Amino acid sequence: MLLSMSKGLTVVRRALVVGAALLALAGGPALAAGNQPPEPQDEFRPVGNSPAPEQIPAAPLLIGAYIVVLGGLFFYVLSLSRRLGAVQQDVQRLEGELKRRGRG
Amino acid sequence: MPKWFTPAAILCGLMFVVSPVLIARAPDESAMGMVYKIYYYHMPSAWMFLLAPLVCGFSSAMFLARDRAKDDRRAFAAAELTVLFGALTLITGPLWARRAWGTWWVWDARLTSSLVGWMIGWAYLILRRYGGPGSDKLAAGVALFGAVNVPFIYISVNYWRTIHPPTTVVPRLPVSMGVPLWFCVFAFLLLFVLLMTMRLRLEAARTRLDALYVALDE
Amino acid sequence: MTPARSSVRPLTPAFVRTVWMVLRKDLTVEMRSGEIAYTTLFFAASCVLIFAFALVREGRAPEGGAAGILWIAILFAGTLALGRAFERERQAETLRALLLAPVPRPAIYVGKLLGIVALLAATEVVLLPLVDFLFTARLFAHPFWLTGLVITCTIGLAAVGTLFAAMLVRARSRDMLLPVLLYPVVVPVIIAGVQGTAALLQPEFDAAVVRFWLLLLVTFDVVFVVLALWTFEAVMSD
Repeated sequence: MLLSMSKGLTVVRRALVVGAALLALAGGPALAAGNQPPEPQDEFRPVGNSPAPEQIPAAPLLIGAYIVVLGGLFFYVLSLSRRLGAVQQDVQRLEGELKRRGRG
Repeated sequence: MPKWFTPAAILCGLMFVVSPVLIARAPDESAMGMVYKIYYYHMPSAWMFLLAPLVCGFSSAMFLARDRAKDDRRAFAAAELTVLFGALTLITGPLWARRAWGTWWVWDARLTSSLVGWMIGWAYLILRRYGGPGSDKLAAGVALFGAVNVPFIYISVNYWRTIHPPTTVVPRLPVSMGVPLWFCVFAFLLLFVLLMTMRLRLEAARTRLDALYVALDE
Repeated sequence: MTPARSSVRPLTPAFVRTVWMVLRKDLTVEMRSGEIAYTTLFFAASCVLIFAFALVREGRAPEGGAAGILWIAILFAGTLALGRAFERERQAETLRALLLAPVPRPAIYVGKLLGIVALLAATEVVLLPLVDFLFTARLFAHPFWLTGLVITCTIGLAAVGTLFAAMLVRARSRDMLLPVLLYPVVVPVIIAGVQGTAALLQPEFDAAVVRFWLLLLVTFDVVFVVLALWTFEAVMSD
């Protein structure tokens, strides 16, 4: 499975496409949540038998959750592409070395 | 990378861009209001968190039976995804729970076994990193126990008294909530496949690198 | 190299003979030196004492603490015992000799498992009265249920522990790695053991609750032992 330089760059480029797409929609949830009209609630009925929690605002939790997911996925993709790039650099270096020694 | 990778990556990215719009359009829930919409990312993350150790366990079993490096690479990749999606699930869940249940965490069967499953994923990665030679087979053994934990996580919520919603919620979702949910599930599934592919690529490259080092030493 | 399909046909004469041979060897060695037994016992007792000193306030033990402390002490002591037991095998290269011998591999696992269970049982014989005394816990009010819980929980811990300790014999950092691998996997067993023991200690004893945890432990034992039998064969074959 020979990885030439151009192929390696393509892989990294593709990974960055995925990453950039995920990053681009960090704004998405914020916009969507902002556009949501506040739901009139006269009474908060919690699930199960837990006591009624204080009315902490839902929006920061909601936005926070989406940022965590998208951010986490983005950073993982970034980490993957970085690791892949580093290994592929080493592969190219060693292949060059091998060629130089005439063993191909 | 295979030919389908770039189109699939673009599709996946687009789906993630579109998903907040779909989610915003979904109705609020009667008891939980707006905060329940964390569910649209929490549940697909959780399903991927359950899928990954199954893939890891299956690949590990294949590796132990047939001793093929490809199976080992797949198990390693799946273990990393277990930790990744586990982290996402275990963070988004409490964020939702804080509002819906009034507490960040409860030690019920579902959450406890999920935490355990996540830790088994970490144990696998630590073993691969620090176990020295032969740790691929050892980790495969551990992965089997991690895989056995998964059905327990899934059904636990139906058999133990717990505050976590049971598995009957999904089949009974109205269409207005079902559409964005399954859309997100498909997006996450596609992402899972893409991430596995990238990770397998990395692992194959590492194997190539090792072979080159050996060749140079000769 | 495919693992020798030396059958999981239990109770064949060869299987039973191998189990007995391995078990007897371990017990004999242990009875001659007593190294692992005494140190494990002492460590477990120290563990319980430390908990007692740390948690007892004004002469009163924490509510329901006895069950948790008992099983934590057994788990910690068991981890050390497993490490030592297989270290001994590694130094003498006896494990490799066993694996090369023409005996069914799963029988080796079962033999070692029974040895560890025996060791832990000996420790528990001392620990249970100690915990009962220090935490005024009335553990022996229902001896049959207690015995059932203790045996099944111990088997669960030992089943996974023996497998992982054997797997780690030749690995680096094996002392640290054993707890790292073992503890997450046995959390369900510990939970069931602690909950079952705690249910035993309730003033209003409810046999149904104890039976539930006992059955759960039996399920774990069956699943873990079967899985460990197959994994041992597959992992140790190189």
